[in-house]
Amino acid sequence: MSAVIDHHHADHAHGPAKGMMRWVLTTNHKDIGTMYLWFSFAMFLLGGSMAMVIRAELFQPGLQLVQPEFFNQMTTTHGLIMVFGAVMPAFVGLANWMIPLMVGAPDMALPRMNNFSFWLLPMAFGLLVSTLFMEGGGPNFGWTFYAPLSTTYAPPSVTFFIFAIHLAGISSIMGAINIIATILNLRAPGMTLMKMPLFVWTWLITAFLLIAVMPVLAGVVTMMLMDIHFGTSFFNAAGGGDPVMFQHIFWFFGHPEVYIMILPAFGAVSQIIPTFSRKPLFGYTSMVYATAAIAFLSFIVWAHHMFTVGIPITGELFFMYATMLIAVPTGVKVFNWVSTMFRGALTFETPMLFAIAFVILFTIGGFSGLMLAIATADFQYHDTYFVVAHFHYVLVPGAIFGIFASAYYWLPKWTGHMYDETLGKTHFWMSFIGMNLAFFPMHFVGLAGMPRRIPDYNIMFANFNMVSSIGAFMFGATQLLFLFIVIKCIKGGPKAAANPWEGAEGLEWTVPSPAPYHTFTTPPEVK
Amino acid sequence: MLRLAITWLVGLSLSVVGAAANAEWGVNMRPGVTEVSKSVFDLHMAIFWICVVIGVIVFGVMFWSMLMHRKSEDSKPATFHENLTVEILWTVIPLVILIVMAVPATKTLIDIYDAEESDVDILVTGYQWRWQYKYVGEGVTYFSSLSTPREEITNVSPKNPNYLLEVDNPLVVPIGKKIRFLITSADVIHSWWVPAFAVKKDAIPGFVNESWTRIDEPGIYRGQCTELCGKDHGFMPIVVEAKTQEDYDTWLAEQKEAAAKEAELRDKDWSLEELVARGEKVYGSACASCHQATGEGIPPMFPALKGSSIVLTDIQEHINTVINGRPGTAMAAFGKQLSEVDAAAVITYERNAWGNDTGELVSPLDILNFKEAQ
Repeated sequence: MSAVIDHHHADHAHGPAKGMMRWVLTTNHKDIGTMYLWFSFAMFLLGGSMAMVIRAELFQPGLQLVQPEFFNQMTTTHGLIMVFGAVMPAFVGLANWMIPLMVGAPDMALPRMNNFSFWLLPMAFGLLVSTLFMEGGGPNFGWTFYAPLSTTYAPPSVTFFIFAIHLAGISSIMGAINIIATILNLRAPGMTLMKMPLFVWTWLITAFLLIAVMPVLAGVVTMMLMDIHFGTSFFNAAGGGDPVMFQHIFWFFGHPEVYIMILPAFGAVSQIIPTFSRKPLFGYTSMVYATAAIAFLSFIVWAHHMFTVGIPITGELFFMYATMLIAVPTGVKVFNWVSTMFRGALTFETPMLFAIAFVILFTIGGFSGLMLAIATADFQYHDTYFVVAHFHYVLVPGAIFGIFASAYYWLPKWTGHMYDETLGKTHFWMSFIGMNLAFFPMHFVGLAGMPRRIPDYNIMFANFNMVSSIGAFMFGATQLLFLFIVIKCIKGGPKAAANPWEGAEGLEWTVPSPAPYHTFTTPPEVK
Repeated sequence: MLRLAITWLVGLSLSVVGAAANAEWGVNMRPGVTEVSKSVFDLHMAIFWICVVIGVIVFGVMFWSMLMHRKSEDSKPATFHENLTVEILWTVIPLVILIVMAVPATKTLIDIYDAEESDVDILVTGYQWRWQYKYVGEGVTYFSSLSTPREEITNVSPKNPNYLLEVDNPLVVPIGKKIRFLITSADVIHSWWVPAFAVKKDAIPGFVNESWTRIDEPGIYRGQCTELCGKDHGFMPIVVEAKTQEDYDTWLAEQKEAAAKEAELRDKDWSLEELVARGEKVYGSACASCHQATGEGIPPMFPALKGSSIVLTDIQEHINTVINGRPGTAMAAFGKQLSEVDAAAVITYERNAWGNDTGELVSPLDILNFKEAQ
């Protein structure tokens, strides 16, 4: 075996192939990571433009720009694209780039499958977006696609939507298998599990969540397909089916899904805060256990999305208590981050700014989550803008700020150049202000009684909706600045050292910047 | 940069405080008008303040570190990275806080779930996109649809204060009585929400959910559908008029009388003009949201009636489609929603409107015969 490997080495030291085919055929984790990241950014802009349409229509009461049918397509595809097209692929991209570098592996464990799982994504989302141009329009039943609105009452394009979800799901499952195989098999000698960087740990747990729940999603959309085309009645009450069963299955996938979108961000922030605090992460072991606890609890809380469907009181109480419990491990994480900063020597480069904002704003989203967990009070919050505010607080300054923090943190490693710090900080402050202006007032209109997913509203909600829209436009426009910063950083800038951050630790900083096409062909020794 | 952020934060919080003083900028839930809604409100405020206190402590330590432990302040980083005592403390303390919160929440929830021994039972059925109220055992049933004029929605005329929160026939209930709502749906999932009662329950086809309220004060209370139910989800409000027992009894008697009169209409000899005139109104409330006022529909989901071959020729199939709906499509069965008179009127209207000038009349008796033949 070793003779074969030696032979290859003697043959050619390959760099990237030439031309377009490099990207189509590549099995290199860095190339694939780069493609994932660009794809996710493209989807972020597309899903973001849909949000702009939504906020433009909601700028004032009355119907101005779009009709309700199109408005519903915008809310639905905005959600689907942001969840499956922007946030998830961004984290897979970060995993592809960083996990082999962080565990000292030469590449991902299954490089060809890696290529396939990426290239499924453009197909999935090409299909999804194409439904918007079909007769009857695209999916208009919300990203949660509750039956029977998404079956009996759905537009004809729903079949394409189902196929797109299947493709994206297969891609995620393969990505997850690859990540688990890499972490469990390709760690450098000496890197025990409890020595792994936290980003690797959170991704390992996330990958197990993905493998557990993506098949459930595939199952539920397949049941929809059967109901629509093959005469079954899984969700059709008239045929003896059960529309509530749809929600149980969907949320059994859906709740772990929200942790799939946040756990890798927890990991990234746990790398960044110690670096810029110049102090080791507080409570590494408890961080790992807290992540595992959150992942476990995520499987037994799904019905808190369904407090109003009329489940029996014992069910309500169980899901209320289980959901409230999540606050404990989540609290442990927040306390650990704050303790890491306490008595450190802090500097505030862009990644640190995003990471700090992450901790503060995610915690605010956690607070509203705790409020929503109280089933009794949820009767007033459920399906109002309070919920919209809540999940945007955990997803935008949570998942997305986590991605921005990671991007700025590792850009020097990826490009070999430092990004423009002033522009980076501008990007941060504009995003921070825009995001809070957009989403904080949503708490108010929600508590005042505005339901979600409506294209028009009573005039008592007008003022805060206008503020929200202005904030959203500001946040949206600011993201073009991010595109500019990244391109500028790729094209040039001050040369980045192998370790551009004073306090950073880990194997990824031992290789040169930019990271060579092949790294760790000889495994490093971890002591 | 830090100074800028502080200025912004102060500015933002000032504007929030200023906004709170102004009614147009409502920032909080209202206590409502029932015992349950008031305890839900108290619970909401209790959790809110607990979160505020935790937030102040956590963010306080964080901002302290950000201000005092900056590298530029020449601080040397400490090296500690664990402390078992504090780690146990900050696991146990939140757990205790959660248990303290769970106790009152559980108590109120048990109360909310006790819908036994009601005084008035009302069956609430969600339709795309209006509500039907049926007073169980009283023989009174009617639909409640949005009454906001189209011109206000399309910004042609100014919006009134109850814009999108007004209906033609509100739900009327007595105060001081335990009213039980039996909530279901005829098509997709809706959700019936009146914030002033803290009642929100999904209306699900094939299920009958229960909820209840006891209203303290007479008044008009408004809410909306809160589960995405298709195109006009934002346009199916709920209005509840709570009256004193005497006013309620008078109202109910009037309704029964009107229902009896309506039943007599079935045997009347209708002219084409009378049916078309009545049918236009029925069409506007029951059909126009999908098939459009112009009869052109929104193909392919909602086919056009203008020039449709069924509407122009096959009377039996036309009646069948309206009465029994089209299973597997968005077309609902209107047989139970519309009286024989209204079904006859709307079919006659469709066969004579938008250039469908068949001149044909479908009488209430035709509908009755069709139903009996099934």
